[in-house]
Amino acid sequence: MKLLRMKPGHGEILLAEGDVEVAEQEQLLIEAFRRELDAGMWAAVPSERRDGRREAELVKSFGEVPRDAERVIFFPRAAGGAPRSASARTAR
Amino acid sequence: MLLALGTAAIVLVVLLWELARPDALRAFAVLRLRVQRIRERARLRESGQLGYDPGRERRAEQRARELLRSCIDEHDWAMYRDLGFLRLWGGLGERAHAAGASYAYLIYPHRPIVAYVPQTGALLNEYCVAFPDHSRPYGSARLPDSDDVLAKWMALKADERCLIEQANMHLPGRQIDPEQVRRDLARLTRWERESGAGATDIVRAA
Repeated sequence: MKLLRMKPGHGEILLAEGDVEVAEQEQLLIEAFRRELDAGMWAAVPSERRDGRREAELVKSFGEVPRDAERVIFFPRAAGGAPRSASARTAR
Repeated sequence: MLLALGTAAIVLVVLLWELARPDALRAFAVLRLRVQRIRERARLRESGQLGYDPGRERRAEQRARELLRSCIDEHDWAMYRDLGFLRLWGGLGERAHAAGASYAYLIYPHRPIVAYVPQTGALLNEYCVAFPDHSRPYGSARLPDSDDVLAKWMALKADERCLIEQANMHLPGRQIDPEQVRRDLARLTRWERESGAGATDIVRAA
């Protein structure tokens, strides 16, 4: 399992990687997971359904992460964007 | 004799100093400014905020595109690659998250999410939402474009209601020109027809 974090000016970075079936590695994953959540990140687990469709699930603890998940992606929590005046609207 | 020579030497030194003083003071000021700039650049370099590096932004966006590509459907990736936005079917009405849903979203990078009715093309709302990283690792809180799209996509897929509650909701036209959205919907319809995708919106070209 890989723990990734989106980062401005960089793209994703690898926070931790390990096998959840190995206790020591799982502990490292749990610690890294908690650090990110404490820093205010959201955690999402991308997945693929049986019919091939891609899905994502937000998780709030390491226990909610499916054991067979390959990746957990952390990203900053959502905030309402700053409203701008209608005159500031953009057109491509 | 010695006294006269000494006096002349002192007068000469004083005269030379008076002549050179403006230039000397200017040179000293320039030197001090340069030292200040060097110190400021060192401070910015240590905090990772040194200037704008277009190469870094480009590399970041390239990584973000690869991550996005690995997380979404092939069809959606092709849509984003070709059109610059994603269409995501709404998940709360009938036929949730599937073609024919009662509403859908257009996800643009760093612009509001636009909700619309696929059957008519009517625009419903703009949802202004951002994912600011307050740690500002390179002086900016903005994720790369494709990371912003992926964050919106994952949040809408996983917990649509939560994301919509976090967003600032506005009527269409607040930030994105409705005509542009209609053009994008027409482009999407054309693109899906040409790419042979089955789930096309029923939108009249603007």
